[in-house]
Amino acid sequence: MLLAPTLPDKTVAMTETATRQAVMAVLVENEAGVLARVIGLFSGRGYNIDSLTVAPVDEAKNLSRITIVTSGTPMVIEQIKAQLARLVPVHRVADLTLEGPHIAREMALIKVAGTGERRVEALRIADAFRARVVDATTESFVFEMTGATDKLDAFIGLMRPLGLVEVSRTGVAAIARGPRGI
Amino acid sequence: MSATNASAPEAPTGELLSGAEIVLRALKDQGVDVIFGYPGGAVLPIYDALFQQNAIRHILVRHEQAAVHAAEGYARSTGRVGVVLVTSGPGATNAVTGLVDALMDSIPVVCLTGQVPTHLIGNDAFQEADTTGITRPATKHNYLVKDVNDLGRVLHEAFYVARSGRPGPVVVDLPKDVLINKGRYRGKPEAAHRSYRPVTDPDPAAIRQAVAMMKAAKRPIIYAGGGVINAGPEASRLLTELVHLTGFPCTNTLMGLGAFPASDPQFLGMLGMHGTYEANLAMHGCDVMVNIGARFDDRVTGRLRDFSPNSLKIHADIDPSSINKNVRVDCAIVGDAAKVLRALIAEWKASTAKLDTGAVAAWWKQIEAWRARDCLRFRQSTAAEAIIKPQYAIRRLYELSLATGRDTFITTEVGQHQMWAAQYWKFERPNRWMTSGGLGTMGYGLPAAMGVQIAHPDALVIDIAGEASILMNIQEMSTLAQYRLPVKVFILNNEYMGMVRQWQELLHGGRYSESYSAALPDFVKLAESFHAVGLRATKVGELDEVIREMLAVDRPVIADICVDQKENCFPMIPSGAAHNEMILGPEDEAPRGAGGLGVTEEGMVLV
Repeated sequence: MLLAPTLPDKTVAMTETATRQAVMAVLVENEAGVLARVIGLFSGRGYNIDSLTVAPVDEAKNLSRITIVTSGTPMVIEQIKAQLARLVPVHRVADLTLEGPHIAREMALIKVAGTGERRVEALRIADAFRARVVDATTESFVFEMTGATDKLDAFIGLMRPLGLVEVSRTGVAAIARGPRGI
Repeated sequence: MSATNASAPEAPTGELLSGAEIVLRALKDQGVDVIFGYPGGAVLPIYDALFQQNAIRHILVRHEQAAVHAAEGYARSTGRVGVVLVTSGPGATNAVTGLVDALMDSIPVVCLTGQVPTHLIGNDAFQEADTTGITRPATKHNYLVKDVNDLGRVLHEAFYVARSGRPGPVVVDLPKDVLINKGRYRGKPEAAHRSYRPVTDPDPAAIRQAVAMMKAAKRPIIYAGGGVINAGPEASRLLTELVHLTGFPCTNTLMGLGAFPASDPQFLGMLGMHGTYEANLAMHGCDVMVNIGARFDDRVTGRLRDFSPNSLKIHADIDPSSINKNVRVDCAIVGDAAKVLRALIAEWKASTAKLDTGAVAAWWKQIEAWRARDCLRFRQSTAAEAIIKPQYAIRRLYELSLATGRDTFITTEVGQHQMWAAQYWKFERPNRWMTSGGLGTMGYGLPAAMGVQIAHPDALVIDIAGEASILMNIQEMSTLAQYRLPVKVFILNNEYMGMVRQWQELLHGGRYSESYSAALPDFVKLAESFHAVGLRATKVGELDEVIREMLAVDRPVIADICVDQKENCFPMIPSGAAHNEMILGPEDEAPRGAGGLGVTEEGMVLV
């Protein structure tokens, strides 16, 4: 039977204060204001947004996909999912972190300026990280790099002393592994 | 009407109508018979169309906030969607308080707002406001209609969203050119909504789990809220059936009053900050709590970590985001309250498990001991010259209203009088009690009463008010006069913002900062200037006569009841305290808990 034989252990509940990161995929109606609703929900209720990306993914069905990386206690993460799911233009909310293995990738454009040894070193590291040179002048490079967030962080950290000028990142796009869609 | 059968090849179906005509057709097709509104430049096309038809009655309010509250009163007392029509810019911003009020209390309202023409949007045009932007967090959902051919569909969708799942307010922003342009109206759509389809049927496994927990209970309690009212009168009947079937005690939230008959011996009264001693201690001491359509609001739970610490909690709610939001529960049921209650009753009857009736009887014995404290006791001198206690005024109002035998609806403003009304009025049926619970909007009661009286022209509608709150929407007396709405405004006048004064007395060293209602109007003359009847009682000997006269008059009345200025509202659970740390009134002779008020610094920051 489903009935818990004893009272719930409140001490266990109290220790559920550790935060975790969650990658969520949200399928929404592609309409005006939908992103504002999602962002307003997070700011209005004090939830964290670590990263957020959005783009249309299905023109025929008029759907956009929002990928949100957020963090919070398990209770807060559950609450975020429930709050997202009750927005009128939201079709589906999937917690990719909970629902099994998934791939999360980010793309960044990284501008580095410098000459001489620093310039050569930047190019060498870019090669090791499989970053592509998409623009070059005699005193600068723009690298394009795709990968997990921590890989991008590591690369950008290495570029800092080598003349990092600026970074443009897309935020995380994520999808579950295996044959099933959300 | 400019209905034609001309069919353009690209738009073969639907009548060709102006946007304003489409608005009225859609309202009519939704069964709307009355709207509350205020005209202005951007909505003139709708007002012009209104002028040329008779199906929909328009009630002209005196302020847009009042239009929304009136629609709320209409919605709460009928179970239907309330409809509001206001103009752009200030019309829409004035409506925002009402919209948030409806959002917090889950009241179905559709609010049509005018907007500047589409080509001027974003230009800071005259009376332009970013209405969808401003109302996004103030509504359940909102729309900006940019094409007249979408108008009919969007309006029908707005009604669907407002009334489905957990109800709430929906704004439809209507640019003036969309109202003037001609487009196709295709009637009510048949297809289901693309994305919004709330679950209403409970999961049978969750029902079985809940009943197993309930059957194993020794100290059970049923805690029912506004969700039961929103699910319709049948849900209240089913709640009563379940409570009688199980023999469990039942308490209601502020929003749930009337869902279970107050005269029933199994009713413990309201719970929460100003709830009864027996309801709060039963919540604190129970071993199984069955929450139907309530949301563990902070006014109900008090200090969360000490809220009902030893109980298994069952929570049924139509809104999955209400579950595990404040309080972690052991059994979650997502569904419509009526369907959940029906399923619980069926499963209770089908289950072979036996309830430990001996243990439940012992629990009732404990509850009766708590009830014997008679926490709502107050002392009223019966001398004719004696000062009127506010509780006594409400009790007499209740008794004399009951004696009329009329169907009676109560609205309130916000503050002490609201809590006393909740404590001393005995609601036997749902939809008779309209109060601003979640948002706590002073100025709610008079316009809400107006909406109730429009929906129930022959009923007795009373706004129990305070002298401070009533001034926040007093202009609606003019609306009462215009439509001959015999609403009774019963002011408990203590010349203070009473609840503010009470907190300042109890929590801020008696420094009554800005809480005195200075320079009050003469409410009798004020009533008369608004074509209403003004009455006043200043002492006990005058009270009954004033109430009798108020009830007898078939006109709007303001009864100014001058009451004890020092009276506080008890019982009270101070902010940040637990249910078992309740303060009882001065009439309670039993020893107090340790440390007087027991307000912590942590509690002081809470409201």
